[in-house]
Amino acid sequence: MPFAHVYGHNIDTDRIIPGKYTKTLDIASLAEHVMEDLDPAFHQKFKKGDIIVAGDNFGCGSSREQAPIALKAAGVSVVIANYFARIFFRNAINIGLPVLEIPDHDIQNGDELEIDLLNGIVKNLSQNKKYNATKLPKVMLDIMQEGGLVNYLLKHKDYILE
Amino acid sequence: MGQTIAEKILSNHAGKAVYAGELCIVPVDGCMATDTTAPLALKAFKEMGGTKLFNKKKVHLIIDHAAPAPNERIANLHMLMRNFAKEQGSSLYDIGSGICHQVMVDHQKVQPGDIFMGADSHTPTYGALNAFACGVGSTDLAAVMLTGKIWLKVPQSIKVVLHGKKLQPGVSAKDLVLEVVKQLTISGATYQSVEYHGEAVAALTLSQRMVLCNMVAEMGAKTGIVSPEGLELPYAFTPTYADADAIYSRVIEIDAASIQPKIAIPNSPDDVHDVKKYVGTKITYAFIGTCTNGRLDDLQIAASILKGKQIAPGVRMVIAPASRQVLIDALKDGTIHTLIEAGATIINSGCGPCVGSHEGVPGDGEIVISAANRNFKGRMGNPNAAIYLASPATVAMSALTGFITQPITQ
Repeated sequence: MPFAHVYGHNIDTDRIIPGKYTKTLDIASLAEHVMEDLDPAFHQKFKKGDIIVAGDNFGCGSSREQAPIALKAAGVSVVIANYFARIFFRNAINIGLPVLEIPDHDIQNGDELEIDLLNGIVKNLSQNKKYNATKLPKVMLDIMQEGGLVNYLLKHKDYILE
Repeated sequence: MGQTIAEKILSNHAGKAVYAGELCIVPVDGCMATDTTAPLALKAFKEMGGTKLFNKKKVHLIIDHAAPAPNERIANLHMLMRNFAKEQGSSLYDIGSGICHQVMVDHQKVQPGDIFMGADSHTPTYGALNAFACGVGSTDLAAVMLTGKIWLKVPQSIKVVLHGKKLQPGVSAKDLVLEVVKQLTISGATYQSVEYHGEAVAALTLSQRMVLCNMVAEMGAKTGIVSPEGLELPYAFTPTYADADAIYSRVIEIDAASIQPKIAIPNSPDDVHDVKKYVGTKITYAFIGTCTNGRLDDLQIAASILKGKQIAPGVRMVIAPASRQVLIDALKDGTIHTLIEAGATIINSGCGPCVGSHEGVPGDGEIVISAANRNFKGRMGNPNAAIYLASPATVAMSALTGFITQPITQ
């Protein structure tokens, strides 16, 4: 089961992946530097499939899509936050990094979580609790289910709202 | 039912009246990406099956974030952009053209009433032109390049009214917007449009209006739009006004005439105080430039403060004009000459050290005073440096003394 790695409010994209590393198409190099200014020990603690959990406004600041790409490449299976900064939120879903908004969650560092992405349900096995994520609009849910906007557009050719 | 400016512009494009909270698909009047975001966007465009741009005249690529290329990796990304533009027949603004946002405005690629998508978070800057402009990521931008459309949730709007006719001496739009960021906080306008009104706003030039809209990104906003009263442009345009009975999620009224010079302290743009509280803090690095404050009037203010003087020993001052046009204008009127004589270093028109890619990374323990918009930890390339954000006047005064200093009152 994946574990939660909990961070605070307003984690900006400069701290997720510093600007000096963003100018690249080498995805592995992004993963290497992910979270390094925020948590230099990130790579020692984090195991592939684990979950990033944050407070308000995760991913604020720069529009760099390298932020969710770096998290995904590092093996983050899902990011949970009270709420996300808008560009990060769209970017994450567009590149196939699942994100769930759970306002006022009380997930603690090291909690073991079970995720039902499709229904937006998170079970906290450590605390024996259940949280419901904010429902996504259909277009976003569809993009997430296709694994990102590239696959979505390959399939649908256009956006479908209803 | 009354509409905000954002609702009106989106309605005009959606072909039906839309209101906050509704989802809509709208045609896009223009889009752009930079050397940070374009390489991923071009990759996604190809992966989406893209072979041809929806309209080659409406897609702009700008090499500004690390320009000229500081290393081979970035040089190759720049080549990727040049080759793509050549292949597609679209515009490519190469090194020296300037910062994407300034370039788009200088070249009139965005105009009042437009919907514009930029793969850069400070794209809302164009709201100064009474347009609806949004920052998006690379994949969303790729989809715009392919389809000419984007899906959006119509944002709620926050009305910010700046009262008062005359600002305090030494105060500019940067001080006003820092006060708005302070009141709204780094997340206070998330998903929303920040709509600026009031007589203090109507009196501002386009350059100063761009400052107000630029930093809505630091409030989490989707867009920022200035009500068009007093907007002067070198071409005819149709202004979009909010209805008197438009519905706002929040109204903030500020007496702009009483605002004092402001400063955002490390490490968040919303940690804003009066400059006077930090007067005397030693600095070693002063930076003027960026999409926030790298325009002619910003450089002129700095030159007026530094004319015939020398920056303090132990301080280095870096200046990046926002665009080639700004640089030419500042050369013509002697501004650049004054700044260089005072000891400033002029670097290429572009984003420069703001994003920490090149051209002026601070050292460990250094304190930087910058006219930029962000002071997150590590922002300028070194997590062990501290960044204070202020107006060009405050930055220039501080460069002169070597300490954070209030701009001189006239």
